Amino acid sequence: MRTGLLAMKLGMTRIFKDDGSHVPVTVLHVDNVEVVASRTLEKDGYTAVQLGWGKAKVKNVSKPNKGHYAAAKVEPKSRLGEFRVAADALLEPGAGVSAAHFVVGQEVDVCGTSKGKGFAGGMKRWNYSGLEASHGVSISHRSLGSTGNRQDPGKTFKNKKMAGHLGVERVTTQNLEVAAVDAEKGLLMIKGAVPGAKGSYVRVTDAIKRTRPADAPYPAALAG
Amino acid sequence: MNIIQQFEAEQIAKLSANRPVPAFAAGDTLRVSVKVVEGERSRVQAFEGVCIARSNKGLNSNFTVRKISYGEGVERVFPLYAPTIADITVVRRGDVRRAKLYYLRGRSGKSARIAEKARVIVPVTGTPATE
Repeated sequence: MRTGLLAMKLGMTRIFKDDGSHVPVTVLHVDNVEVVASRTLEKDGYTAVQLGWGKAKVKNVSKPNKGHYAAAKVEPKSRLGEFRVAADALLEPGAGVSAAHFVVGQEVDVCGTSKGKGFAGGMKRWNYSGLEASHGVSISHRSLGSTGNRQDPGKTFKNKKMAGHLGVERVTTQNLEVAAVDAEKGLLMIKGAVPGAKGSYVRVTDAIKRTRPADAPYPAALAG
Repeated sequence: MNIIQQFEAEQIAKLSANRPVPAFAAGDTLRVSVKVVEGERSRVQAFEGVCIARSNKGLNSNFTVRKISYGEGVERVFPLYAPTIADITVVRRGDVRRAKLYYLRGRSGKSARIAEKARVIVPVTGTPATE
């Protein structure tokens, strides 16, 4: 198991191919991703790498964090994320990882924080069908309907799907195809949509339900 | 210019280098040569009609061409920069006062005609007409 990548979602566009087809893609920015720390079996009991994304203003970094970055001899990062890796895929702190880590045609899992929808009703939140538009239904066209039985059991069961807060949760979309990679600019183009708003951070990993392609660099595509 | 705009601008430059896009607007009669793949061989098929709408949104621009085929109205929406289009030729400049000519859908015959633009038009830039 090799490391994934931290990326920022920039938005969506399309790629026109030479055969006339076009692919809707989400553009992810892999900007200056470096290894900030590594977790080893002896020290931490498991193996993982901690990656940092982008660049943070030094004045906004706390003193303990400055020490953490200094230990790896990297510039302060605006985002940190840890990825579990196999023991032979560990990376040295300070190493940079490029977008070429993923190859075109490969399938990846992308994990992000979904857009907030606020307090949402049962139709939007749980795909309930609501009540009818006519046939005597009044005022409650988008209501839940029944939430339980009668005197027995005399209560609404816990975890009943009801209206409430929707969105702003961790969402993983599996098996998305990598449509294009531009390692020079640090761009990763993923076919289809990716969870989250523009400007939010996502974690991109090898698809857990697919075998990793043979031409994918192992343990990682290090930036020059 | 942000990264996505830059990427789209590059794609537009690449796609319009192969096939320049002539200047046209709603009301113009266009001949659109479309590449059609039949099994293994591909050929070029012309679709000629009035441009009734044009949507300008960078790489995602598209235009709608309407023609009457065997007495039945047919409309096709083309992406402006699609590689499947071999050529766009402006056959005739129309004189219209609207950007979207959806009112043509409800009309036929004499009332569906569009007057030709009176002033002299300089030859269309880009690909020459294939008459």
